[in-house]
Amino acid sequence: MSGNEAIAQGAWEAGVTFAAGYPGTPSTEVLESLAGYEGVDAQWSTNEKVAFDEGMGAALGGIRTLVTMKHVGLNVAADPFMVFPYAGTNGGFVVLVADDPGMYSSQNEQDSRYFAKMGKVPLLEPSDTDEARTMIREAYELSERFASPVMFRTTTRLAHTRGIVEPGARTDVPRRDFSPDSTRYAIPVYARFRRPELEEKLESLGAFAEEYGGNVVEEGDPAVGIVTHGVPYQYVKEVAPDATVLRLGMLYPLPEQKLKEFCARFDKVFVVEESEGFIQQEMASLGIQNVVGKERFTNIGELSADLVAAGLTGAPVQEDFSKEVAVLPRPPKMCAGCPHSGTFSALRKLKVLVTGDIGCYTLGCLPPLNAIDTTFCMGASIGNASGFSKAGEEKVVAVIGDSTFLHSGLPSLMSAVYNQIPTTMILLDNSTTGMTGHQEHPGTGHTLQEAPAPSVDFEALVRSIGVEHVTVMDPWELKDMRRAVKDALAHPGPAVVIARRACVLLPEEKARERIPYRVDEEACIQCDYCYESGCPALIRGAEYPWIREWECIGCDICAQLCPVDAILPVEAGTPAGSKEG
Amino acid sequence: MAVTNVLIAGVGGQGVILSSEVLALAALADGRDVKQGEFHGVAQRGGAVFSHVRFGDRVHSPMTPKGQVDYLLALERLEALRYGHFVKPGGTVIVNDHKVEPVRMADVRSYPDDGNDFLTEKGFEVVVVPATATAVEIGNHRAANVILLGALAAHLDIPGEVWDKTLEERIPPRLLALNQKAFAAGREMVVAGKPG
Repeated sequence: MSGNEAIAQGAWEAGVTFAAGYPGTPSTEVLESLAGYEGVDAQWSTNEKVAFDEGMGAALGGIRTLVTMKHVGLNVAADPFMVFPYAGTNGGFVVLVADDPGMYSSQNEQDSRYFAKMGKVPLLEPSDTDEARTMIREAYELSERFASPVMFRTTTRLAHTRGIVEPGARTDVPRRDFSPDSTRYAIPVYARFRRPELEEKLESLGAFAEEYGGNVVEEGDPAVGIVTHGVPYQYVKEVAPDATVLRLGMLYPLPEQKLKEFCARFDKVFVVEESEGFIQQEMASLGIQNVVGKERFTNIGELSADLVAAGLTGAPVQEDFSKEVAVLPRPPKMCAGCPHSGTFSALRKLKVLVTGDIGCYTLGCLPPLNAIDTTFCMGASIGNASGFSKAGEEKVVAVIGDSTFLHSGLPSLMSAVYNQIPTTMILLDNSTTGMTGHQEHPGTGHTLQEAPAPSVDFEALVRSIGVEHVTVMDPWELKDMRRAVKDALAHPGPAVVIARRACVLLPEEKARERIPYRVDEEACIQCDYCYESGCPALIRGAEYPWIREWECIGCDICAQLCPVDAILPVEAGTPAGSKEG
Repeated sequence: MAVTNVLIAGVGGQGVILSSEVLALAALADGRDVKQGEFHGVAQRGGAVFSHVRFGDRVHSPMTPKGQVDYLLALERLEALRYGHFVKPGGTVIVNDHKVEPVRMADVRSYPDDGNDFLTEKGFEVVVVPATATAVEIGNHRAANVILLGALAAHLDIPGEVWDKTLEERIPPRLLALNQKAFAAGREMVVAGKPG
């Protein structure tokens, strides 16, 4: 089982009956996996804050609840995250937050442990797959015992490592009665009463941390003491199997006495932690001084056994071969026939400034498309485009996917309409959440469990908020797309172009009969325009381009870019992929 | 039993994850502790993908430290170079004789066609397997990953019947015959001692 699957298994065993989240690597598979269990009502919500709010309601209503998101999702859900602890929960409430050190699929590195401290929320972090299962069960007991939300942190490495898991049985937890008490919620006058209680709760949680079985000392060499947590614990065991180790499973609040007693046994204690020096800083604030941490273990990227060994002993890390041989980078790219390629091929000729958003289409910023100028966070494209207009840019286009638009794009579009900013937005509607692996959303017509659901009518939606200029286009038709974008830019108010074509990787699209294309070398003038499509099926040959026919799905974008009609459908009988060696 | 470290690398879409899952399940079925640490997500779309599979008595780090990999299985030639430094001195590199040009970035150097020679000069045992070409011959270019897995299996001490059973359990029925054929072809190439 992967770490994510183990978390789902553990949540099911803990008696979770409601789970909500928004897809985000590396957290996505928890909810996808949980959806397959009997007795769990799991759902994709519109965004992380919505999921968190729904989860709060469910937990206050008395059922065990899981809410899932990636690190940046917690930024979106930060508002309820910070306020919920004041009221406290009724049924067990756990928010799973998956950090991505190394930025394998993220725009930033963010150590979410600081959120736990800021929100005064207890924080657990497992160190391997099976512990992920058992620890999330403990998280629910902790949550109910202290009537507090609990944060459960993982990282990419934990989430995507497969290991051996011993599944247990489900504990059915009866619904806890909800007793209305308005003094727990709402207005400042009550919150002021709650504030000192929060500190008292934190103190009790600190006492719990001293006894908690997930904070363990593993005796070893009395001369070498290491404090560690999570996946870095595995690196420590790999490279320093004999050391005396304090492994922290509860990272906030920390067990003050336990740490002090442990550190008193050694001249010097190493703190091996990934990302920022959170534990180290907490220890410093407790007055523990014989600590070496971030001086030796980088806060940039992901740690590894090599880096931990280097930090402990000063041993050099094996270098890669890139100085000796051309190890060319291989960034991901858009698929053959990707509808976004059509949109970007059309945009390139228009010489517009393009504000991007979060999704597969972010890859449009890479060569050869070079079609996106800015990318920040979910939903940012539209507001950014409006801002560029305010700064005097005349031709600005925001590109945003269907799932992202529903997540957090809509308020920005409303602001553009309300303030009559001539923002042009292209909705890249591929009928799915593509980047994270095809999750359903409120516009796809299906639920997480693939059951039929109402689907958002995007044209009606944007018209209803006051966008007057709305066109729907097929992004494979480059000329139509170009004309539509030009018309939208010329419109004096906000305008929306819906580029609608399903993701080519969706099963129903893959099943479609396709006629691949080929290059007619006699007609080809080697102008290289076709390469601008960025299509992975179009291969740069020694003289002429050629098309890997098993990959080509016949979108004909390259043929539209060709000025001399040298790219044609394959006639029947021509062997496919004949150039492969 | 010492830990055996395998690193599988390739291009998103080539089946790195599937082949590493089959390997991990086979090792598990053979009674070993197993960890599989993989990277996926964005790289599904034509980017570099890797997966570490480690098995033995007790495995800690999900990723093998650099310079300790016993077998590097590269589904593409450039990817063998990208992860070559993970291989232990004298370790084995099993490489698909297949080239996928990456997206052109700022790096103006051309694709290194002499990569296999470079790895041989580094002292690794380089086993070149024409996996993609063979896969096309037996009916589907996508089976290259399983051909390479067959070539790897010939180097490991996991019994043949464990592999057979794992393939049956993990591969969907409609693709099973093709993959069994691919696995056998890869294994045969190494056993016969004349890959490439």
